[in-house]
Amino acid sequence: MEKNKKFNFTKILAPIVLVLLYLFFSIFGRNFFSDDYLINILDGSYYIGFMAIGVTFVIITGGIDLSLGTTMMCAALLGGAAFNSWHWPMIWCLLLVVFVATAIGFLNGVLVAYLNLPPFIATLGTQMMGMGFGAILTRVQTMRYPTFGTPEGWFKNFFYKTTAGFPVGIFWLFGFFLIALILLSKTKFGRYTFAIGSNREAARLSGIKINPWLTGVYTFCGFCCGLAGIFYAAVYTSIIPSTGNGMELLGIAGVVIGGTSMAGGTGTLVGTLIGVYIMSVLKQGLMSMGLQSHWQTFFTGVVVIGAVLLDQYRLKQGAKVKK
Amino acid sequence: MTDVLLQMTDIQKSFPGVHALDNACLEVKKGEVHGLVGENGAGKSTLMKILTGIYKRDSGSIKFRGKEIHVNNTRESQQLGIGIIHQEINLMPHLTVAENIFIGKEPMKGLFLDKKKANDDAKKMLNALNIDIDPAIPTGQLTVAKQQMVEIVKALSYDSELLVMDEPTSSLTENEIEELFKIIRNLKARGHGIIYISHRLDELPIITDRVTVMRDGQYVGTVETAKVTKSEIISMMVGRTIYEEPKVKSTVPADAPIVLEARHLCGNNVKDVSFCLHKGEILGFAGLIGAGRTETMRALFGADPLDSGEIIVNAEPITVKSPNDAISHGIGYLSEDRKGFGLAIGLAVRDNSVMANLDAFLKGPFTNDPKIDRTTIDYVEKINIKTPSVSQLVVNLSGGNQQKIVVAKWLIRNSDVLIFDEPTRGIDVGAKQEIYKLMNELVAEGKSIIMISSELPELLRMSDRIIVMCEGCITGEMNIEDATQEKIMTLATSKM
Repeated sequence: MEKNKKFNFTKILAPIVLVLLYLFFSIFGRNFFSDDYLINILDGSYYIGFMAIGVTFVIITGGIDLSLGTTMMCAALLGGAAFNSWHWPMIWCLLLVVFVATAIGFLNGVLVAYLNLPPFIATLGTQMMGMGFGAILTRVQTMRYPTFGTPEGWFKNFFYKTTAGFPVGIFWLFGFFLIALILLSKTKFGRYTFAIGSNREAARLSGIKINPWLTGVYTFCGFCCGLAGIFYAAVYTSIIPSTGNGMELLGIAGVVIGGTSMAGGTGTLVGTLIGVYIMSVLKQGLMSMGLQSHWQTFFTGVVVIGAVLLDQYRLKQGAKVKK
Repeated sequence: MTDVLLQMTDIQKSFPGVHALDNACLEVKKGEVHGLVGENGAGKSTLMKILTGIYKRDSGSIKFRGKEIHVNNTRESQQLGIGIIHQEINLMPHLTVAENIFIGKEPMKGLFLDKKKANDDAKKMLNALNIDIDPAIPTGQLTVAKQQMVEIVKALSYDSELLVMDEPTSSLTENEIEELFKIIRNLKARGHGIIYISHRLDELPIITDRVTVMRDGQYVGTVETAKVTKSEIISMMVGRTIYEEPKVKSTVPADAPIVLEARHLCGNNVKDVSFCLHKGEILGFAGLIGAGRTETMRALFGADPLDSGEIIVNAEPITVKSPNDAISHGIGYLSEDRKGFGLAIGLAVRDNSVMANLDAFLKGPFTNDPKIDRTTIDYVEKINIKTPSVSQLVVNLSGGNQQKIVVAKWLIRNSDVLIFDEPTRGIDVGAKQEIYKLMNELVAEGKSIIMISSELPELLRMSDRIIVMCEGCITGEMNIEDATQEKIMTLATSKM
């Protein structure tokens, strides 16, 4: 009984922190409580949000994907190259972005599931490979996506914000979030994701074919990185080669702040989304107080450690009740 | 030379819910090899853990070299001169022989390790026992037998006067055992006392002077090995009171069809195992730990690779490459290690109950949650699982109820052949009865059961037929009418 109480408490803790942070900055930040800042909070959340949703699945299986950021950037670079150098129509460029990222995710899956590499090592390798590959293919040229008003600029209106300035990206992110939510809680894919993370051997002995499902989870995560790439391009326009390194940590941090345990077997997408927005509010809030990006990084780190300490505390409480 | 080295008397030890040791006694003299035998769970290991300070005794006295001792950890027992060589090798494979021997007490030259001295000293100690091993090579490159000898030297490096050897011969070949015995005799001649734990009763007359028999945590008796026969020792081991009435007659009709047949299965610790299972039968598998029963069933189920052999289900040969293959032919496996292999204990009851059969609970691409809940509730009621709800996490349920959830999982999968591996391990007495009742109901409904158990009374009570294994081989088979504890134990300890 006690355990359930604690569990529920931590479940609502993250949203409480989010609201408190927003209130805090609304009081102490300059002009924080305004449409401009709200839109900034949303803009910065799209690409991190998609990555975090994907990696939530991976972390629930007990794995990790360090290649999130560079996979996203590598895919976005290739899409940009297709647009700038090969003059593909925008729609094909965007599909290429998703395809490339999904392929890298598939590679991660094969390395982890079939070739039995530790996820940390496998995705560390593909992280570097992705970063290098993107730079090589674009000959280290910055890839620029079309801007508003240009013939192919429609995609910005479509994914990022309307001509009137309405942030449509939020609908895409939340729409996709709902699909992922259903995928995780209402399908075989989601059930097996939990089963593998909770006890891989018991899942195998129940007749679940671990390898294809696990590969599927990493492939899905890659697909999410592809979507993240589209939204990154839509919001920031320029894709610089050899970047993306470190962005995976933002995605993973979102998942961890949201209360998903790195040990696998448990986790929620709602928590992940809240985690992403806690980081986003923190970033914009500190900016509104005149503190620069080093402070944002610093405080994000503090929040991550706090969240994990809380997770451990919760596990300990759970273990106590067990006895 | 007959002075007593170790005297343990009236040792009591309780764990929550279990009286593990009740008046256990043991006496070892200088220069004596003293056998310690008993069935699985007789309390041998617990007694040794108390001697070496891993557990604390509740009461009783331990006198070592005539002095009462109180050890709190293995280090203290080592310093007193009590060394233990565990069944599993505890060496660091990447370190050299000398480094392993002197771990924690490395010879130093000022601030630095004195490698030369370590190697020289190790060489001296190895030579003293006529062991030919280069102290400078990593232990990982040695055979198991040689590693064990390193363990012995390591234990002796603490000036141990008393050595405990737990199943030292279990992974050695014939020749290696000879080598080990030479070393033991050498130690004996130098006045060391040795406690020799073994399941191999045939070894006792060769190497031991006296034997102490334990049963259910109690001291049964100490005998001089030369004066008793193997069967006398066995009857001391198994003379336990049977609380359960054994089954007197098989309830399986003589013409019951064969549902599962295994022919010449070979694999890791599975040596040419053949048997068949009839419809409605409970087939017991007896044997001591390491007899290869679990390995046989895991190979049959596809959990571990099978090197060769045929599996026939309902008169049709099947190929089993993964658990999925076995499951699709109606075989379900209930592991002895529920938490490790049977259940995802961090998930809810309803997640576990349908884990093996999720395909039957899909509506289009989605899981049919109401149906999952309904079915799970049906089985919770049918086999009487005590849980507040189907969304309860399995980790919060008792061992007996967890076991029932595994049963429910296979019933929901419509498995016809259920392999129960130690189904009542870690389950309290009342829950055991419920598991027995459930198993009897299942066979009455036409399911067939293979039951591995290390508890002889349980096997005698439940089985229609019993197969005995020893070291990967089947050493005997008997109908329940002919089965006795003595017979089973004789077969379980006789190496082919």
